[in-house]
Amino acid sequence: MAQPADLIGRAAAATPKRIAVKVKGMSDTAMAWLFIGPTMLLLLAINIFPLIWTIQLSFTNYRANRPNAEVENVGLRNYERILTDPDVWMTMQTTAQFVLWTIILQTVIGFALAYLIDRKFRGHAFWTTVILIPMMLSPAVVGNFWRFLYQPQIGLFNYIISFFTGVEPNSFEMLGSVNLAPWAIVIVDTWMWTPYVMLICLAGLRSIPDYIYEAAEVDRASPWRQFWSITLPMALPFIMLAVLFRGIENFKMFDMVVLLTGGGPGSVTEVASITLKRAAFEAWRTGYSSAFAIILFVAVFGLANIYVKALNKVKER
Amino acid sequence: MSEKPKRPFFLRRGPMENTATALIALGFLMMFQPFALALYTWSFITLLFGTLMFIVVSKFPE
Repeated sequence: MAQPADLIGRAAAATPKRIAVKVKGMSDTAMAWLFIGPTMLLLLAINIFPLIWTIQLSFTNYRANRPNAEVENVGLRNYERILTDPDVWMTMQTTAQFVLWTIILQTVIGFALAYLIDRKFRGHAFWTTVILIPMMLSPAVVGNFWRFLYQPQIGLFNYIISFFTGVEPNSFEMLGSVNLAPWAIVIVDTWMWTPYVMLICLAGLRSIPDYIYEAAEVDRASPWRQFWSITLPMALPFIMLAVLFRGIENFKMFDMVVLLTGGGPGSVTEVASITLKRAAFEAWRTGYSSAFAIILFVAVFGLANIYVKALNKVKER
Repeated sequence: MSEKPKRPFFLRRGPMENTATALIALGFLMMFQPFALALYTWSFITLLFGTLMFIVVSKFPE
């Protein structure tokens, strides 16, 4: 078998002399730029340029369906309209409620599942795989089959609720009721993304060394005390990370809402991303929707900043 | 021994970062609260100011 030194030698010999001389004469900094340059260019092209363009469009009355029409600079009028519109304010509240409830449920259930799986009972690997399945499915598939599950006549969900509560299965409609539709979406999102939170929490729990628990047992600490003094504080950075990821993701929740309710009944499940999509691709108010996108971006970016600061403080402890 | 002169309040990272964090949190709450439209109207400028301030002051030396 060829030794690594032989391979390096052969590779060096195979490099054309012209290139070898050029690379040999490069400084470390130039070499570093050569490696990160393509990634930087790609990032600039797909992240930074669209962001700057969106900011620029947010100050205009540009419409994407009229590319040849004259574009006027409207100053801060788009921002003023969004920030004084009671309907948009309503969608912000709906979004906040979705984010709040999905994060609470996903964190509590995800951590509880991770805690159970970490017990390493017989067949725990099999159950870990089973629990992870919803996360691996496409949102389009999940949305469609939950629509069937929520059907009042043939849906399994209504029959399960009926079995436990005694209510007639046909007497309620999860997706058609003003009170139940938001919860229908929260249930599906929780079902789909709790495994993700579980996975991150499981990584946190597995990173706690066993000797800490052994020392606690020597000190006769009860399991309850061990949980509050060792498990939870040491897994907290991981839980916070999961909350950050899910929080950012849920602020942009779009696919599940469109597939399940389309923002209805009425506008009770109309989250900010749906309002944004309607303004951008149904009303074709590109300038207005760009301003809306920037407002949402600043909200999520600001929150992520203070959250990362809090996360670093917890890690330092 | 003479003590090193203290930096002015607005050039110290700790307190300024805390002020920016408070502004972001306030702006965020204002944006998603269900009580007053006026608070929602002023939320974005509060959030933006807090976020920009955070970006700037987090580069200050400790």
